[in-house]
Amino acid sequence: MSVRERDPLTGHETTGHEWNGITELNTRVPRAIWWAVGITHIWALVYWVLMPAWPLVTTYTKGLLDYDDQERVERDVTEANAERATWAQALSTRAADEIRNDAALMEHVRRTAPSLFGDNCAACHGSDAAGGPGFPNLVDDAWLWGGDAETIMETLRVGINSPHPETRFAQMLAFGETGILSRPQIRTVVDYVQSLSGLETRATPARLSEGEAIFAENCASCHGDDATGSQEIGAPNLTDDAWIYGGGDAVMFETINEGRQGWMPAWEERLTIADRMALTLYLQDLGAEERE
Amino acid sequence: MMTRLTTIERQGAMLLSGLIAFAGLALAVIGRGDAMGVHGWITLILAGTLFFIAGNAAYAPEPTEDRTKSYYDDPTKIGLLLALFWAVIGMGMGVWVAAQLAWPDLRFDAAWSSFGRLRPVHTSGVIFGFGGNALIATSFHIMQRTCRARLAGHLSPWFVLLGFNLFCIIAASGYLMGVTQSKEYAEPEWYADIWLVIVWIVYFILYIRTLARRNEPHIYVANWYYLAFILVVAILHIVNNLAVPASFGAAKSYSAFSGVQDAMTQWWYGHNAVAFFLTSGFLGMLYYFLPKRAERPIYSYRLSILSFWGIVFFYIWAGSHHLHYTALPMWVQTLGMTFSVMLLVPSWASAGNALMTLNGAWQKVRDDATLRFMMVAAVFYGLSTFEGSFMAVRAVNSLSHYTDWTVGHVHAGAMGWVALISFGSIYAVVPVIWRKESMYSWKLVEWHFWLALGGTVIYVFAMWNSGITQGLMWRTYTESGTLAYSFTDTLVAMHPYYVARAIGGSMFLAGAVIGAFNVVMTIRNVSHAAPQRDYPTESEANEPAVPAAE
Repeated sequence: MSVRERDPLTGHETTGHEWNGITELNTRVPRAIWWAVGITHIWALVYWVLMPAWPLVTTYTKGLLDYDDQERVERDVTEANAERATWAQALSTRAADEIRNDAALMEHVRRTAPSLFGDNCAACHGSDAAGGPGFPNLVDDAWLWGGDAETIMETLRVGINSPHPETRFAQMLAFGETGILSRPQIRTVVDYVQSLSGLETRATPARLSEGEAIFAENCASCHGDDATGSQEIGAPNLTDDAWIYGGGDAVMFETINEGRQGWMPAWEERLTIADRMALTLYLQDLGAEERE
Repeated sequence: MMTRLTTIERQGAMLLSGLIAFAGLALAVIGRGDAMGVHGWITLILAGTLFFIAGNAAYAPEPTEDRTKSYYDDPTKIGLLLALFWAVIGMGMGVWVAAQLAWPDLRFDAAWSSFGRLRPVHTSGVIFGFGGNALIATSFHIMQRTCRARLAGHLSPWFVLLGFNLFCIIAASGYLMGVTQSKEYAEPEWYADIWLVIVWIVYFILYIRTLARRNEPHIYVANWYYLAFILVVAILHIVNNLAVPASFGAAKSYSAFSGVQDAMTQWWYGHNAVAFFLTSGFLGMLYYFLPKRAERPIYSYRLSILSFWGIVFFYIWAGSHHLHYTALPMWVQTLGMTFSVMLLVPSWASAGNALMTLNGAWQKVRDDATLRFMMVAAVFYGLSTFEGSFMAVRAVNSLSHYTDWTVGHVHAGAMGWVALISFGSIYAVVPVIWRKESMYSWKLVEWHFWLALGGTVIYVFAMWNSGITQGLMWRTYTESGTLAYSFTDTLVAMHPYYVARAIGGSMFLAGAVIGAFNVVMTIRNVSHAAPQRDYPTESEANEPAVPAAE
């Protein structure tokens, strides 16, 4: 039944089987394949002898090289930390001014901080640190809590309205929703606040003075009589052109009506002191560049 | 198609679809208020429709054809059309998610259209919807031809095909509703998994019974591979999906494994899904359609044996290379890596066997796009198995892992190998089973070939660049010993490659749409032609001995 034929092209014999017109040659396995089998298997054998490889009942073959991933990674981390410690130590102990005057240290700061900022801060404050709706611009002059190194370090450490026990806390009341101000009163005070920072307003002088009265009664306790705010309590300056949520009619109405409570995580556990110092100096650098 | 079934079979179809519809109703009631309830309704509607289709033909006359004189191709036909349908859906989703990665706004802010939900629709759509249907359909075709026996049963092939598609629909619709087990390529929840087990066991029995009826003394290589595919996928699916439902009324379960054991089980499954779903079955396709189309004998039967047993033995060990440098004990990683490297030899032996088979038929490869699909598929099979073994080496993996290189590797295999061999096989088989002279348009096959090849090359090169750039950026340190790039920096660097990937994917999708159109037009518009010999024969006496070698 099975008819072996010789394939004229290759000269090899078929196996004599046929399936719906398909036949097979009985060609020998090429020598290269056996070589490849041999090489890969010998390589695997050698690897098994040298490295952890086969399970035993309660342990495994450890291999002649006595290699262990866990030890290796711990050693690598220790070595890398030791290498970085030469400058990280200085960052975490010295004062900001002292560091700023040390060109070599600042070199480390400029290398390290951008990726730290990118991985930890940029998601909210933007990759250029210029902020966005709800997230403050970090490279202008307007600081909610203060822009000196010590204050920035503290803000980074405890965060704002964060779960950290020493967190900075700030809240703007929902003046409209809690019934303190009526909707027309809110609109009036919006006009007044806009006039403070030189924004264009169509309000009459009479309306502005009405707004001033509402401001004095409700807002001045935090934002100050002159509306320049207070970095003690994180109350923004309302006379400059920096707006966290926006200076338009609708947004300001929403701010006063519903209140605001921004949130920034505390970084004490996630970033080292040296990391936070690098970020602080980096931000001050960026701000200075921006102002030039 | 219903009228070709006997009255008893039609009644059986009514009973089966009625039972499934009833099960759907039960699911809808028990799972009301949950995604499971929606799946109940879907099952009820689909099985109910089948019930009425079968019922409609209940009183039709008995079929008169002599069943021993022909192969049963109706399920193959529907399976091929379903494969093309899922190809367009699955690849369309792929283009969408690729575009989302380049332009995130294309999410349109809805929950169902988020990347995390659409991606499994893409992966399951192409792997199970397109690949699975192509495998089932071609396996029905090939096992009949190589056994010279009609399918063992007329209801069970339909049960397997339509039951499998019900699973695919439940899977895809579930992802959109947020149903997932969070196991890659095994996302569907417990009730869908149980259903697939039932379908798969029927598939296995059908295959074994058809093989048992064969009129050939020997079992052809393609059938070894299909059988390995069916058997091992069943084992993988059952073990990896062992889970305890949180409630019998909701689509939520907890895996039987925890921690690193769970991860290892998942990637034992995941890698062998690549091996036995995306390789073994498709090698079956290659082993049948390539020599058939080239009209050349298989280069070496001995090589077939070596590569078959090599592949099925070594693949099973290799899954742990997905977990290099993780909590997985290092000895498991060593085994995964060494077996992955040893696996390269039988993989290349298969690819080489296919390409050597083409010796004496290269002029056909030049002229015939259908055969060229298969040839390029074998080349990509060789490329991606080399790449896979290479990436399984720990040192390489430390760069490639978690990067787009992995995505590129998977797509070199999925597009270049799996999809191309499927399309080649579809173009080869459609004129045969629909009894047509040829495909509707050979020019469209050419267009499809070049779009598919171009799309794959663009895709794979984009992801190689992207992945290696990404991997290098992640591990670049400044002179201070700190990371040079933030994660966002790498995303900015990825963007042009993501755009290129979306373009490559679109080309591939365009090819698939052209292919589907060409197949539909072939069925509708090409004139009928009787094939020379495409029916079961009792003995070999009246057959040409060895027609292939001229």
